[in-house]
Amino acid sequence: MGKLYDKLAEDVRFIEGLKACLNCGTCTAICPAAEFYNYQPRQIVDILQTRDDAQIEALLKSETIWYCGECMSCVTRCPRGNAPGLLITALRSLSQESGWFTESEKGRQQLAIKRTVGEWILKYGYCLYPSEILPEMHPEQGPIWEWEHQNMDEVMHRLGANYKKTGPGILRKIPQEDLDEVQRIFDETGASERFSKIEEFSRLKADEMGISFGEGLDNEYIRHIYTTNDKDHTTKS
Amino acid sequence: MKIEGKRSIWKEYQKEIADDRYFYVRSCVRQNFFPGSEKTFLRIMKDVLHKDVFENASHTTCSGIGYHSDVVPFETAMTMVARQFAIMTEAGYENFTTSCITSFGLYSEILETWHHFPEVEERVRQHLINATGRTFNKPANLAHASDVIFKFRKEIAAGGMYRLINKHTGKPLQVVEHIGCHYSKMFPAKGVGGAEYPYVLAGMIEDWGGDVIDYPERRHCCGFGFRQYLIQANRGYSLACSKKKFDSMAPYKPDFILTNCPGCPMFLDRWQYALSEMEGITYGENGLGIPVLTYEELAGMILGYDPWDLGLQVHQVPVEPLLDKIGIPYDSKRKFLTMDGKMMGQPKAPSHLKFYQHE
Repeated sequence: MGKLYDKLAEDVRFIEGLKACLNCGTCTAICPAAEFYNYQPRQIVDILQTRDDAQIEALLKSETIWYCGECMSCVTRCPRGNAPGLLITALRSLSQESGWFTESEKGRQQLAIKRTVGEWILKYGYCLYPSEILPEMHPEQGPIWEWEHQNMDEVMHRLGANYKKTGPGILRKIPQEDLDEVQRIFDETGASERFSKIEEFSRLKADEMGISFGEGLDNEYIRHIYTTNDKDHTTKS
Repeated sequence: MKIEGKRSIWKEYQKEIADDRYFYVRSCVRQNFFPGSEKTFLRIMKDVLHKDVFENASHTTCSGIGYHSDVVPFETAMTMVARQFAIMTEAGYENFTTSCITSFGLYSEILETWHHFPEVEERVRQHLINATGRTFNKPANLAHASDVIFKFRKEIAAGGMYRLINKHTGKPLQVVEHIGCHYSKMFPAKGVGGAEYPYVLAGMIEDWGGDVIDYPERRHCCGFGFRQYLIQANRGYSLACSKKKFDSMAPYKPDFILTNCPGCPMFLDRWQYALSEMEGITYGENGLGIPVLTYEELAGMILGYDPWDLGLQVHQVPVEPLLDKIGIPYDSKRKFLTMDGKMMGQPKAPSHLKFYQHE
């Protein structure tokens, strides 16, 4: 048994997700990602079953593990009770812990997610926050969101929100003492450490790629990872 | 499959849903994009059903979107959820009801994990004490807010002013129901009706007078895919999933789509706009889209609430054609007014998708 396999096997999601796969391909048949990307959850499970470190390392550096949408449709249908979607969560965790996520175009996107959703959780207590969802970063949200964005305080008030105000309610300002608790939970349970690793490994990769790295969202590296599709991700092998 | 077969499957998946005294936690997506739906849920629970629903200002995100986009470790997500349970316990409640499907799936996953790995639960309890000093009881009952509306669907029908009947033809409206993947795909027993033929929305549609459309891609994901939408470079995945569903349902000419997940109605609404801009495609009649509703909005419509109080003005696909079919009155002049009656201006009209600006 390889060391990487041992590391994965410490994750309860891995234990729950991998029993004995018979390679029937039902997960691939139902998988939305397999329809869009060059991706087969069946192959992921098959590689993991080999317990071969070289193959698992290649997986952790690959584009492949970032194609899944974690919809968990595969879990419903697997006749053997495997959960390829859960195995993906364990692989992505290890890829970030090891820094190998920066070896793939899709993996490098983790910095943009950390700088948005990750930091909004700590700043606001919400995964999403309306003033941060900029129409220019979300053209698909259409003119309705552009209009809401221009009139956010009034729109939220009209629809019954308690936006930015104290007390309970929709999009209330979450008390600072509660946000402090969230920060301490992140420090206690490994999220702060993961955030630091995502930052550090991304900075190293940006240097290696010769792309300017900076704080926040307004810098060349973030724009690059947020918008770039240089590789062919969808042609089936 | 014939309807008798589905009913047989539904009977195998009956879940316990608490009758009263709910501790309510909100959804990040819902609050951002359809805040009127959460407002309507509480209005129905209190004014129509006379239930005790408690909300505490200190609860936060469960971190589920961060967890499923893999920047938040499982250990952190479990402790965030433990904190929500602690706030419920401190408030003296034991029936936990969540507005969000991602949260509902995460709560289910965590409770199941703790069941199989008690040592993980003990570790999380210690994390929570270390970080916050709090302790908690696990909920006696875990429900999604759509479960609760399902439970009281007949009471809502009885007190309603409208039915899902086309007033021009006298025939039932044809409705697509779309269930959020994390409602029951991981744990079928946690959802009303299971994973293959969930009944939570179908039951509402039937009892409120409509017909449920069975179409090939009924169970396909809307395409959120977490990182697949959050990052612009990946959004083709998200759009392709929704398009697959639209193409599959369009021949059945649905009057509207009903959803129970906070993200799905946003994607199914916005991707219709994006497809109209990209390819000139519209899925309704005469350049209209297929309206997409939350179950709270639909319940509010049945009860005769003002469409603009429900928040129907923040849909990109206009809902007015559906209101006209049912015979629900609305004042188009008030569509884009503030609470004080001041005009906010109005959104630009899309290039192809028909949009109802105020008169």
